[in-house]
Amino acid sequence: MLRFDLLILGDTGWGDELLISTIMPILVSLSAMGLGVFIAIFTAWAKISDNILLKLFANFYTTVIRGIPELLVIYLIFFGGSSSIMYVGKIFGYNGYIELHAFTMGTISIGLISAAYSTEVFRGAYSAINKGQAEAANSLGLSRLQTFLKVLAPQILKHALPGLGNVWQITLKDTALVSVTGLVEIMRQTRIASNVTHSPLTFLLSAALLYLILTTFSSKVFNKLENYSNKNKVVV
Amino acid sequence: MDFELAYNNFFIIITGLDETLILVIISLSLGFIISIPFSIARASSNKILSNSVYYYVFVIRGTPLLVQIYLIYFGLGTIPAVRESFLWIVLKEPFWCGVIALVINTVAYTTEIFRGGIESVTKGQIESCKSLGMNKFTMYAKIILPCAFRQALPGYGNEMILMVKSTSLISLTTYMEMTGLARNIMYKTYAPIEAFLAAGSIYLFLNFLVVQFIKFLEWKYNPHLRIKS
Repeated sequence: MLRFDLLILGDTGWGDELLISTIMPILVSLSAMGLGVFIAIFTAWAKISDNILLKLFANFYTTVIRGIPELLVIYLIFFGGSSSIMYVGKIFGYNGYIELHAFTMGTISIGLISAAYSTEVFRGAYSAINKGQAEAANSLGLSRLQTFLKVLAPQILKHALPGLGNVWQITLKDTALVSVTGLVEIMRQTRIASNVTHSPLTFLLSAALLYLILTTFSSKVFNKLENYSNKNKVVV
Repeated sequence: MDFELAYNNFFIIITGLDETLILVIISLSLGFIISIPFSIARASSNKILSNSVYYYVFVIRGTPLLVQIYLIYFGLGTIPAVRESFLWIVLKEPFWCGVIALVINTVAYTTEIFRGGIESVTKGQIESCKSLGMNKFTMYAKIILPCAFRQALPGYGNEMILMVKSTSLISLTTYMEMTGLARNIMYKTYAPIEAFLAAGSIYLFLNFLVVQFIKFLEWKYNPHLRIKS
C-alpha cells in the first residue's frame, strides 16, 4: 500500500535517492537528443540528396529503427556491443568479460532511436521550405555552405521545432528502458527501493509523477521556444 | 556473427509470434472500441467531460509505458483490497496485466487521434445532418464517425505500429513473447546479436504488414483520392 513516510529525504527515506536518480534521465536524454540531432542532420541530408546509395542507406536506417521495438534496439546495442568488443578482445588474446559503460551505451542506443525520428522531422522541415529560397541565395552568389548555414538551416530549424519537441518527449520516455542495462535512473532506483521496502506502489507512483513533471516542464520549454521562433511572424 | 545460430533462433522466436499477435490484436481492438466514446467526450462542448478526458490523456502521454506496466503488474497487487476482490483473477496473470496496460496506453493516444478526426468534420456537414432531422446518434454513427475515421487513418496507422513495438515491453513482466524468448536465448547462448536480429526481423515484417494494411484501408475508404485511369 501507499507509504509516504518512505519518501522523505535523508537516510530513512528514499526521497533523496529518487530525486538524484532523476538527473540521469535528463542527462541521458539530453546527450541522446544531441547525438540524435547530429546524426539526423546527415541522414536527412542523405535522404534528400540525389545519390541513390546514400538515400537507400538512410531509408534503410530509419525504416529499421522505427520498425523494431526500442527495447530490442537497446538490447542489441548494449549486449551486442559488449559481445562484439569481447570478440575483438579475443583476437588480441584477452578472454575476460568486458562490460560496457551503461551510460554511454544507453545514450548511443537512445540516440540512434531518436536520430531516426529526427531525420523524418528534418526532412519534412526541409520540404516545407520554398525551393526558390535556395535558388535566390545561389543567384546572389552565396556558396553552397553559406546557403545552407545562412538561409536554409535557420528556417529548417524553425519548421522542425514542433517535431523536435515530439521527438524529445519520445526520447525522454525511452530513457525509462535504459534501466535494463543496469544504469541507475528513475526506474532502476524505483525497483531497488520497492524490493527493499516491499512497497512498489508508492515508488512507482512517485516515478510516474517524476516523469510527468519532466515531460510537462519540457513541453513548456518547447512552447516558449516555438513562440520565440515565431516572434517575427506577421499575422495577416 | 553466426548465421546458422541466427537461423535456428529465428524458428524458436517465431513460436512467440502468436503471443505477440494476441496481445496486439486484443489491446488494439479493445483500445479502438473504448477510444470512440472517449474521443466524442473529448471533442464535446461539455467542459467537465472534455477536461477529464484531457487530464487522463495528459497523464498517460506524459509517463513512460514501462511505468504504467509496472504500476499494474507490481503495484496493484500490493493493495489488499485488489488481492481479495475478483480483480485478482485477472491481475495475477502477466498477460492480462499487459493487456490492461497496453489498452490504457493506446486509448490515450487513439483518443487524441480520433478527436482530430472528429474536429475535422466541417460544420456544414453537421448542419445538414440537423436540417435533415437526424438525431445525435444517427449523426455520429452515419456521418461524423465515418468521416473522422477516414481522416484519422494515417495517425491511427502510426499508433498501430507503436502498439506492435510496445508489446515487447510486456516481456519484462515474465510474459514470454518474442522479445522474452530472444532474451532467454541470449542468456543461454551468450550470442545477443544473433538472438535480437532474429526477433527484430520478425517485428520489422509485422510492421511492414501493418503499413500495407493501413495503405489498403486508406485506398479503400478514400475512393475520391484514387487516380482514375
